[in-house]
Amino acid sequence: MADVSLTNPAPSLTAARQRFGRSDARFRLLTMAAATVVLLIFAGLIATLAEGAWPAFKTFGFGFFSTAVWNPVTEHFGALPTIYGTLITSALAMLVAVPVGIGIAIFLTELCPRPLRRPVGIAIELLAGIPSIIYGIWGLFVFAPFFQQHVQPVLIDFFGNLPLLQTIFAGPPYGIGMFTASFILSIMILPFISAVARDVFETVPTMLKEAAYGLGCTTWEVMWNVVLPFARSGVVGGSMLALGRALGETMAVTFVIGNAHKIGASLFAPGTTISATIANEFAEALGDLYVSSLIAIGLILFLITFLVLAAAQMLLRSLEARAGGRSQ
Amino acid sequence: MRPLFDRLLGAVAGTVLASAATAAFAADISGAGATFPYPIYAKWAEAYKAKTGIGLNYQSIGSGGGIAQIKAKTVDFGASDKPLAPGELEGAGLTQFPTVIGGVVPVVNIAGIKAGELVLDGKTLAQICLGNITSWDDAAIKKLNPSIHLPHQAIATVHRSDGSGTNFIFTNYLSKMSPEWAQKVGAATSVEWPSGLGAKGNEGVANNVKQTGGSLGYVEFAYAKENNIPYVRLINHDGVAVSPTAASFQAAAAKTDWAHSRDFYVILTDQAGHDAWPIAGATFILVYKHPQDASRLKQVLTFYKWAYANGGQLAQSLDYVPLPPSTVEDVTKSWHNDIDAAAVP
Amino acid sequence: MSRGIYQLRKLRNRLFLALSVGAAAFGIGWLGLILGSLLVQGSGAMSVIVFTMNTPAPGSAGGLANAIVGSLIMSALAVLVGTPTGILAGTYLAEYGRHGRFAMVVRFVNDILLSAPSILVGLFVYELFVTHMGHYSAIAGAAALAMLVIPVVVRTTENMLLLVPNTLREAAAALGTPRNHVIRTVTWRAARAGIMTGILLAIARISGETAPLLFTSLGNQFWSVDLNAPMASLPKVIYDFAMGPYEDLHRLAWAGALLITLAVLSLSVLARVFESKRTSQ
Repeated sequence: MADVSLTNPAPSLTAARQRFGRSDARFRLLTMAAATVVLLIFAGLIATLAEGAWPAFKTFGFGFFSTAVWNPVTEHFGALPTIYGTLITSALAMLVAVPVGIGIAIFLTELCPRPLRRPVGIAIELLAGIPSIIYGIWGLFVFAPFFQQHVQPVLIDFFGNLPLLQTIFAGPPYGIGMFTASFILSIMILPFISAVARDVFETVPTMLKEAAYGLGCTTWEVMWNVVLPFARSGVVGGSMLALGRALGETMAVTFVIGNAHKIGASLFAPGTTISATIANEFAEALGDLYVSSLIAIGLILFLITFLVLAAAQMLLRSLEARAGGRSQ
Repeated sequence: MRPLFDRLLGAVAGTVLASAATAAFAADISGAGATFPYPIYAKWAEAYKAKTGIGLNYQSIGSGGGIAQIKAKTVDFGASDKPLAPGELEGAGLTQFPTVIGGVVPVVNIAGIKAGELVLDGKTLAQICLGNITSWDDAAIKKLNPSIHLPHQAIATVHRSDGSGTNFIFTNYLSKMSPEWAQKVGAATSVEWPSGLGAKGNEGVANNVKQTGGSLGYVEFAYAKENNIPYVRLINHDGVAVSPTAASFQAAAAKTDWAHSRDFYVILTDQAGHDAWPIAGATFILVYKHPQDASRLKQVLTFYKWAYANGGQLAQSLDYVPLPPSTVEDVTKSWHNDIDAAAVP
Repeated sequence: MSRGIYQLRKLRNRLFLALSVGAAAFGIGWLGLILGSLLVQGSGAMSVIVFTMNTPAPGSAGGLANAIVGSLIMSALAVLVGTPTGILAGTYLAEYGRHGRFAMVVRFVNDILLSAPSILVGLFVYELFVTHMGHYSAIAGAAALAMLVIPVVVRTTENMLLLVPNTLREAAAALGTPRNHVIRTVTWRAARAGIMTGILLAIARISGETAPLLFTSLGNQFWSVDLNAPMASLPKVIYDFAMGPYEDLHRLAWAGALLITLAVLSLSVLARVFESKRTSQ
């Protein structure tokens, strides 16, 4: 630091201040440049995807979104089965994961005996850390054969006589397919939802809960009428983050979805998702239109996840603002 | 944090320098493509590396991928079971040559049925793949197999989801056997299958058939043999039920006029012959006639020259049929005729 | 009357609490099943060979040596590039841009990138690196992984720096320290443990990523540390081996899966240890 001489303060002080000013400006510029890198990655991603997708959109127009064909030889591509698969597997996964995740969070905050709380919580979070390819191979080698041999025939028989459900649960029992992929996906996103829900439940002011208990509410009534409404936007935000992850998930799904570019009536039928299609076909896609169509569905995936994640961000930020987490 | 950072930097710098040094010595050849010949290429590569120290980095991604990668010049050679038509070769500046002959066999996973027990013919096979026959105890299958107990089990077909020469050979056969198939689906490296699971590569189909009860798929014979997946006997052009063996693949290729087929373009499905296997095929290598890096292409051709001379036994151990010596001569001649002299060993 | 309603409320309470216990059992049950399969299958395939031999052709003996080293190299490169960038960007957001519009946009974009599908990053790097270089390479793979590291590090750095009390900064400033020096010597040091946590989490994240490597570093059967050539990686090898029919390769895939899971779990535990050291400071 500057050595300020009392006899002649001005020159060394000014020089020091100038030096500091320059180094400050440099450092600030450096950090700003790093922040711009983030923006550049994002912009580059969109630009590359858009540029690559353009030929496909130009050739197929809006039909690209509504046609269910995928023929690399005649070069006819329609994204409908991939979009359908992505949306349905994620929706079904959320259908299971959200209630179960909230249930786990309720268990952790209310019912779990105190000494077990940390281990169980950590155990659930460890699930979140397991790489998705592990879910994929577990699904293919352990879950699917068991499902095919012991569970699917039972379900197919059971629903075989009920009019509407008959087509939804129709065979043949492949083991892998839309149902299995959705199930594996739901186990995968479960820990995210329960982690967010638990964090949000813990921010609920104890006074509110005790007031309700004081009125004679049962534990469930407190959860349902006090905690959940308070935690609503947090839980919804966290769920949407989990949805964003589910939409883009590749490895957990590729192994067990069955890779059929078709929209099957049955949940047990094979299907495909956008990321599974890209993973399976990109390295060997022959022909500019084929490559462009693959990039086009990638762009569609990016737009879908962007919308979901942006909505989640807005929700979570409003929650943080309310809780005073970030100074506005 | 600073000392840790410095140490980390040092470690990575060391790795970068070391890899820069090894880069100078990197001599591996890279190829990509058909999964059909992958088992034998892998065995050849291992033996070749033991002998010469040069490795063959082969990515088994399907014929479609092989064609795409060589056209994009991201590999030294491409491999495809579907031979490119002369026009396409000319347009891309490529030339092709065959390496081995193999057979595509239907495989099944039915409780109690062992390899070679089930007999099918082309028409029934096409009907199954079209989705018109849905259960193993269908009358048409029973007719061909009067003495086997067939369970009432749904047939789960498994097909190739990637661009595949094996798929081309198989659908080519189905198109010849069934006008309905030819019209509705056709023959190509990638077709729109009416139903069933899609799997990547011969490996994926084999894997799915193994994992899924009641399934029917099609793989190159080495995959069925290496993984003990029950194969099916087929009734061939002469009406005889044949098993897939090196002998029956060879019988299918016996009458092939390699010398007069332009660019070695031959299709070996549904060939006449008492012992001929109906779904045989050759597999091809694609290289540039005028390569950018002649020395790398020379490495590739040296490898295959070695394989022609020394790889026959390894090929036969996996039930691939090595090319007849006269064809090998034709191939070597075509190298001298079509490819830049600097790249020919 | 009230008795009846009371009984109903008690019943409903018991039912839903039982359901939430069931939910927890469901969650832990699957975790146990998955980790159990992983341990049983993976440890059954573990041996010294896994670490000493390269990936084999089907039917031959082999291990995962080149894949392990490849993953380590590419992860190290990714962290080397991504960490400084991420820390600097996070510093900008926390120190200079707390209320600015530019910072708001960066924060928003960063959070999107955090959860964006990693396969799209792979596509981006393919177009950026592979097509222009003309071949697949470890550099492209590392670049893709770096783009996954950066958002994680930015987020955690920003959060940790915001937790540093302003009094520390003000004290340093009062002594006449220039701002950049304050940040580097006071704020960073105070947030050190938290930033390390972020880096560990980022490493844990990229250890299991397969999709971005599919079309960037491709894969390599042989030992290669050449950055300018395709490089093997553990997740890609698991993907290839698991998709095929060969039983011996399946076993290697399980061994690889166990290795990755152990690495990720240890990093997560380490991150927690750092986290608790930070909060206990």
